[in-house]
Amino acid sequence: MVGLLEDKDRIFTNLYGFQDWTLEGAKNRGAWNATKDMLDLGRDWIIDNVKASGLRGRGGAGFSTGLKWSFMPKEVKDRPHYLVVNADESEPATCKDREIMRHDPQLLIEGCLIASFAMQAHACYIYLRGEYVLERERMEAAVKQAYEARLIGKDNVHGWDFDVYIHHGGGAYICGEETALLESLEGKKGQPRLKPPFPAGAGLYGCPTTVNNVESIAVVGTILRRGADWFAGFGRPNNTGTKLMSLSGHVNTPCVVEEAMSIPLRQLIEDHGGGVRGGWGNLKAIIPGGASCPVITREQAETVLMDFDSMREVRSSLGTAGVTVMDESTDIVKAIARISYFFKHESCGQCTPCREGTGWMWRVLERMAVGEADPSEIDLLLDVAGQVEGHTICALGDAAAWPVQGLIRHFRHEIEERIATYRSRRANFAGHAIAAE
Amino acid sequence: MPIAKVNGVETEFEPGMTVLQVAERAGHEIPRFCYHERLSIAGNCRMCLVEVKPGPPKPQASCALPAAEGQEIFTDTPMVKKAREGVMEFLLINHPLDCPICDQGGECDLQDQAMGYGRDGSRYAENKRAVEEKNMGPTVKTFMTRCIQCTRCVRFITEVAGVPDIGMISRGESAEITTYLEKNIDSELSGNVNDLCPVGALTHRPWQYHYRPWELKKTETIDVMDALGSNIRADYRGSEVMRVLPRVHEGINEEWLSDKSRYVVDGLTARRLDRPWLRENGKLRPATWDEALGAVAARLKAAPADRIGVIAGDLQDAESMKATLDLFRALGSANTDCRQDGAALGHGPRESWLFNSGLQGIENADAVLLIGVNPRVEAPLLNARLRKAWLKGGLEVGVIGEQVDLTYGYAYLGAGSKTLAKPPKSAMDFLTKAQRPAIVVGAGALRGETGPAALNAIGALAKKVGVITEGWNGFNVLHSAAARVGGLDMGFVPGEGGLAVADMLKPGALDVLFLLGADEVDPTGSDAFRVYLGSHGDRGAHGADVILPGAAYTEKSGLYVNTEGRVQMAERVVFPKGDAKEDWAVIRALSGYVGQTLPYDTLEQLRARLMADHPTFGRIDYLAAPAAFDPSTLGAKGDLGDVAYVSVVADPYLSNPIARASATMAELSAQRTQPVVMAAE
Repeated sequence: MVGLLEDKDRIFTNLYGFQDWTLEGAKNRGAWNATKDMLDLGRDWIIDNVKASGLRGRGGAGFSTGLKWSFMPKEVKDRPHYLVVNADESEPATCKDREIMRHDPQLLIEGCLIASFAMQAHACYIYLRGEYVLERERMEAAVKQAYEARLIGKDNVHGWDFDVYIHHGGGAYICGEETALLESLEGKKGQPRLKPPFPAGAGLYGCPTTVNNVESIAVVGTILRRGADWFAGFGRPNNTGTKLMSLSGHVNTPCVVEEAMSIPLRQLIEDHGGGVRGGWGNLKAIIPGGASCPVITREQAETVLMDFDSMREVRSSLGTAGVTVMDESTDIVKAIARISYFFKHESCGQCTPCREGTGWMWRVLERMAVGEADPSEIDLLLDVAGQVEGHTICALGDAAAWPVQGLIRHFRHEIEERIATYRSRRANFAGHAIAAE
Repeated sequence: MPIAKVNGVETEFEPGMTVLQVAERAGHEIPRFCYHERLSIAGNCRMCLVEVKPGPPKPQASCALPAAEGQEIFTDTPMVKKAREGVMEFLLINHPLDCPICDQGGECDLQDQAMGYGRDGSRYAENKRAVEEKNMGPTVKTFMTRCIQCTRCVRFITEVAGVPDIGMISRGESAEITTYLEKNIDSELSGNVNDLCPVGALTHRPWQYHYRPWELKKTETIDVMDALGSNIRADYRGSEVMRVLPRVHEGINEEWLSDKSRYVVDGLTARRLDRPWLRENGKLRPATWDEALGAVAARLKAAPADRIGVIAGDLQDAESMKATLDLFRALGSANTDCRQDGAALGHGPRESWLFNSGLQGIENADAVLLIGVNPRVEAPLLNARLRKAWLKGGLEVGVIGEQVDLTYGYAYLGAGSKTLAKPPKSAMDFLTKAQRPAIVVGAGALRGETGPAALNAIGALAKKVGVITEGWNGFNVLHSAAARVGGLDMGFVPGEGGLAVADMLKPGALDVLFLLGADEVDPTGSDAFRVYLGSHGDRGAHGADVILPGAAYTEKSGLYVNTEGRVQMAERVVFPKGDAKEDWAVIRALSGYVGQTLPYDTLEQLRARLMADHPTFGRIDYLAAPAAFDPSTLGAKGDLGDVAYVSVVADPYLSNPIARASATMAELSAQRTQPVVMAAE
């Protein structure tokens, strides 16, 4: 067997688009089966089961989905409730939601209905990343099919009036932050809001709102159909279920694959990625969960498991399980400098540490990549990263600091060597003596 | 009240306060850039970080965090100190080191807080960012490289001023504050963004490089550019007023100031009258005080009492008006008037010409009908208050008059007298249904032939819809001149059989016409011997036979009564120019020349007399509780005619002699009348 997960336990059975993506095809694969019965069991039953399944948010932070739903007000008062699906998948190396929306859109729409029913929302907004044009067309077509089949809409067969709106974003990474997403959805500039108030209290247009990742919502239908115990049976306690993982970088067969949580990272790479280019021994570093997660080394990668807790133990993060594999040919300093540039470019500019700190870190890293720096600047860089982390309105500041911290933690010697080499070739090196006039 | 611990000391606070406010209450200063009490909370500068327990183990932005019972707040732990140093460093890395040439230098939040909370050196070795300057109009000078993106200006302009003219574009390091298409800020409150800017990014354009803050001496006084009596601080160097800044007065201007009140100061040094002039053989020649006063006295004595008259101007202090009134009454003249706009006010109870609900009180109104008034030009800060109440919700506004952009939504009911004569029933419903309805009427509706009839109709309407109830008086007159209420309070209106302004100006009406700073009337039609006492060589002085140089509002101590009836005392900032004297003293001297010596030799004696005759002047900065009266008896029943009610202030930047002498006001006026043409790129 390849991997841990058997074919019969896959939720996304059309992940690669080999079969029909339309409503008819999806129904044949089990979507929309017994949805009405699930709704009839009531919202408490749904939330309890989602909680019992141990589903943790698939967008990166890993917050319990069922718990998040239960934060919504119990009764609808003067303001309507909303569900917002975060399909602004912009984290570099992450491409899992794209496959869902392309090939299994009905699972997402079904999940939207169930989640909305559980939170008493009659409207759901799916906020799509600006670059996802094909996905938007697919989603719009799928929503249209669902409307025509009266699965959703007014007076639908499920007895819960429900509308789905597809909103196409402008392509800003920051709009994947839930409150910036809400701002953008409202037609304003995508800048994160201050919390509190949290969206469950005052979200979209000031109304109670829950923002969930595409994958978190899309798996709900199948979890309820097959039972919370079935889903909780995969992975380790507190890290249960199946998860879409994307493999990219220096592997022989890059792919997106659905796997059981807590699969050893090495097994994931060997079984699904066809191994590291040039063999495991050629591995240099891995970014396990999208660009914002700190790198881990080959030694760590040998034992670490693909789950939230195990990744935390190696001071990294599962994130979105977008694994980037880098072999020995990689210039790791240059690679992290490029990631730093990404965060500098995507910072919204609202709050000071992130606006100023991301550019500072990037510039220092670019110089370090060629060795044109002073060894003392390594500690300076670490200090600057610490001044950004935890001091910002949203988590983008943290996300920008972590890769830098990971780099210095594991590859400090490489930066030092780089600087030494640079200096050894020159009689007079400029060092960092650039006048700051 | 709930209790939180600040650095271990228990502090009581009111529910709804933020951690920052609680810490301040406990006496701990929290550094901040973006936070401002009167603007929405942005929480983006991150300077106000404190440690809070219970909470995540990282510093929290105290400006945005609600305080809670039992919370422990720490403002001086190593974590907080390091966080502040970090934020300070980030703010400074891209801030230019141009403090020595920066107008903000010496009163700069960034300077001060860098000293208080920053590290001593810079660790930043990269190149600094530079940002292109932006055009924001005649009042705001930009140095955008200095900007720290606190967005106070954006929030002020969108929230308080109510125009969508400033915003932040781009993101990350490239984020810039701009007026989108480089257009001018189309707001009469734009100067406040210069006060709000914590750094030198936005500075006062008219005063650019004129002064350093530490050279200036400061005098707290009262503004006279509109009838609100905004509290100001006039800063002067030598004999020149260099700038005017707002002082906090919750009842009047909060802490804002209109552009006109602020930037009119350059008009105080231009076109000034600094010596007496006497017309001989059709030509003015410089004269001594003795010659000039003698010439005036000779004419006054020679003319019959009913052939002399006086018009008081819009910027006059109460003392000079009182002295003038006393003198003309002593001479037997009833031809006295202070209503240059010709409004049919001044008869009846005092409440009939006051803004009875109070400027602060109008925020409690739930329905306001504006008649013949454009508060945006006549009293910008009142307009901002109306917008505030409207934004808060619960205020409905109706307008009879000009259909202009008031920065808030309103129901347009009609253009003028036709609508007032027959108010549409449905449109009036919002007043009758309201708990605290208010009518704001301006001189635009009350002037001219139909003025008394309009006042009567408005009074009747006020009674019908019930604007005056127990504890609430919503009958509000909005004046446009700082001197007007003071004049009406002392009865500076035509006496028995006396002539009003319009009649005095008719050919052949008078032998001697005395203009006490009256520049808003056109005296050229009058063939009387004209005497002008005032500060500027403006309309009143034009063609006058004797010109007596007086003091502008910053050059004399004087009482002013604002539109709500609040008496305030202005202070002398600098001395009058050249040979000019304080106005009351000129009148007192003239009284001696005409043989009717007024019974006061000092300003104190004059004030005592004024307060004895009119006790309302005796209580400084006092606002009477709303008193009830019957508005339906005001004015006179009559034909309302067919008049469109337009604001008496056609151009707020050219509405008085000081403004007309100001180059900045001329620029603002040009912008107002001829918007800058922009390329549509």
